[in-house]
Amino acid sequence: MVTTLYRLIKYGLQIFWRQRLLSVATMVVILLALLVFEGLIIVGVVGNTALKSIQDKIDISVYFKVNTPEDEILRVKRSLEEMAEVKEVEYISRDRALEIFRARHEEDETITQALEELDENPLSASLNVKAKNPEEYAIVASFLENIVSDELVENITYNQNQAVIDRLAAIIRVTRQIGILAALFLTIVAILVSFNTILLGIYSNRDEISVMRLVGASGMYVRGPFVVMGIIYGGITAFLSMLFTAPVVFLSAPYVRLFVPEMDLAAYYTGNVWMLFLYQLLFGIGIGVASSFIAIRRYLKT
Amino acid sequence: MISFQNVSKQYNHSNPALIDVTFKIEPKEFVSIVGRSGAGKSTLVKLLIAEEKPTRGRVIFGHYDVGKLDSKELPQLRRHIGVVFQDFRLLPTKNAYENIAFALEVSGKAQSDIEDLVHEALDLVGLSDKGQNFPHELSGGEKQRIAIARAMINRPDVVVADEPTGNLDPFNSLEIINLLTQINELGTTVILATHDKEIVNQLGKRVIVLENGRVARDEKKGRYSLA
Repeated sequence: MVTTLYRLIKYGLQIFWRQRLLSVATMVVILLALLVFEGLIIVGVVGNTALKSIQDKIDISVYFKVNTPEDEILRVKRSLEEMAEVKEVEYISRDRALEIFRARHEEDETITQALEELDENPLSASLNVKAKNPEEYAIVASFLENIVSDELVENITYNQNQAVIDRLAAIIRVTRQIGILAALFLTIVAILVSFNTILLGIYSNRDEISVMRLVGASGMYVRGPFVVMGIIYGGITAFLSMLFTAPVVFLSAPYVRLFVPEMDLAAYYTGNVWMLFLYQLLFGIGIGVASSFIAIRRYLKT
Repeated sequence: MISFQNVSKQYNHSNPALIDVTFKIEPKEFVSIVGRSGAGKSTLVKLLIAEEKPTRGRVIFGHYDVGKLDSKELPQLRRHIGVVFQDFRLLPTKNAYENIAFALEVSGKAQSDIEDLVHEALDLVGLSDKGQNFPHELSGGEKQRIAIARAMINRPDVVVADEPTGNLDPFNSLEIINLLTQINELGTTVILATHDKEIVNQLGKRVIVLENGRVARDEKKGRYSLA
């Protein structure tokens, strides 16, 4: 078995090296496919972070009248938390609201003085609600209207921002759908192009394969070298793809941050470098091995 | 050892290539199969090495019913048959040494045995100094000698040569036929498919004449003569 494996690897390396031009041409195509594949992963991560950051900015706040008892507010909070659509509810008491207001206007003397002159805290307590899905804010808002009487509520922000929230929710949904479709389409294109290139490479070796069969080579001896070549193609192109992407990622990271402040592309790349390499290795080797298996099957019948 | 029993072969929508062919070949025989182009010589060779299956009849080789073998059993059969073709069919990405060694490697021989056997074979065909040359660096005659070395390296029971001199000049043709005769004298059955009249007449061995896919004559010490 060891001898057989050694021979298969030797043949694979021999064909790879002695048909250098064909090997390079095949690898260029697989490399391009891998770059598309890796690009899709990175664009996917950036896009997701961007959408998530937009999504996080959407929320609805319920401002209670200053005389609303805290128990009542906390009861509303608990009811909201029990809703399946709600991700989190933050309670901002009147004191906390004042604290935040003070901190925000620390340097504005007029406001600081004005506040000191007031005997009473003028700010209302509020609940800040985030839904799991931006399209569910309408449900949350109508639920709120049902459980809280108008006498207790000063204002629910959803009513003011409804059009914007709905539009953002629609944009997020459509962007995700288009993203998934585009990624799927490009992945299929990348797989098919690589597949066909390897198929053509093996087709150009069909006479050689028939000779191997005629001198008594079993399926394993015919297929093995091409599978080995598939593995070599996958390994080399995955490595090259990482090598080519790294500078692009590091150069573009500051610009990406301009658009999506939450996205540190360089840190993402460094933190996931082995995972990205593994994905590409699997993609490259998978295509190499699968296409060799499929392409050679028809030549093994005789 | 080899027997064709009422074998017919028809390719798709064409005239039959072989019709009701029956003959036997005994071990250590040297048999020439002659006939015009299209008489069915190559089809006969293809049926024997299981490149094609008969439409009717049986091809028996030793204990193999060749037409019934599935693709996984073919390597076993082919290790008992050495084949030489008009167009040499050497592996272009392997040098002469590797081409011969390949037939041994796929049969699972140990590396140390392979080296000795390949050097012996290269010696036998007079090309011990060309082992490292690739097929495109060899002349036609040299390529055919390498092909013969590869065909006999596994010590097969039979060597089948399909027009082995078709692409060679008379001098090289003679050398190839001498090699095949030598192989036969060492105890291997040789089947030579050819339309080279001179070679067949010079051999003075058994001749099977094919005409339009049928066996027209089968003579123990035959000559090349077509109707």
